[in-house]
Amino acid sequence: MSEEIKSMKCAEFQAQLPELIESGARAAEDPHVKECDLCRELLENLEAIAEAARQLFPEVEPPEELWEHIDSAIKKDKG
Amino acid sequence: MGQSKVPVKGPSREASGAEPPGVSAGQPAPTKPTPARESVAAIVSPELLERAQAGDHGAFAEIYSLHKRRIYSLCLRMLGNPAEAEDLTQEAFLQLHRKIATFRGESAFSTWLHRLAINVVLMRLRKKGLQLISLDEAMEPTTEERPGRSFGGDDLSLTGAIDRLALQRAINDLPAGYRLIFMLHDIEGYEHNEIADMLECSIGNSKSQLHKARLKLRDALRVHPRGEGQR
Repeated sequence: MSEEIKSMKCAEFQAQLPELIESGARAAEDPHVKECDLCRELLENLEAIAEAARQLFPEVEPPEELWEHIDSAIKKDKG
Repeated sequence: MGQSKVPVKGPSREASGAEPPGVSAGQPAPTKPTPARESVAAIVSPELLERAQAGDHGAFAEIYSLHKRRIYSLCLRMLGNPAEAEDLTQEAFLQLHRKIATFRGESAFSTWLHRLAINVVLMRLRKKGLQLISLDEAMEPTTEERPGRSFGGDDLSLTGAIDRLALQRAINDLPAGYRLIFMLHDIEGYEHNEIADMLECSIGNSKSQLHKARLKLRDALRVHPRGEGQR
């Protein structure tokens, strides 16, 4: 396969990638991904980054005193 | 978190319980895992809600206790600053107190509250003068993002693990609009039509910015083999 034709397929795949990911389709099963190392690597990287990002932001407790601030803001708001 | 890394490839640690649920190294990452906004939210009973809507301050305090973690964490993710997150959490619950009587149950209470908090965050970001969406960035890729440039070569591939600190830095360094859409979609789990509605932009624009954000993160995390470090 010539580099130009391969590049065209990569371009088409990348153009569809946001839709593929959004739709929940198994982008890894796209025929082009199976035969193109670069696109497979791109897909794996994007999935790994998204997954790693989700682990970066766990739920945390707010400071104890925050309720006191909210409570007084509510009372002030009422008054 | 420091030097810890998120494995990209390698043996699965799922069985050992070393990773949070839904994360299994070495296997294809799920395309649509549970987003933050669908995390197990404490259920507000109809009775509790009714009491709060009738002005029972104790009931409102209980609702705060049930949802404070989720709303504070949302604000912290979106702003990246604990002091501002506290301020916005306060503003969100103040807004909730003003509006709770208008909640009619068209959606789940937790969904409604989450969206209310997102709106508070967006108002703050707009007030700060941050450009939340680039209207000139439609689906047409720019020269630097055309295929070929955005694909890795041997010297640009990610290594076997993602450094949490580098990823955190890369996310923080994203332009405000890219960061916002990345957080709303990939972390909070909103769909593009919902984001387009919130940000008053087109669905195509939201998709385009998300894709560019992901590519920028990938670029920032690439490692050069000749000791050039990460860029």
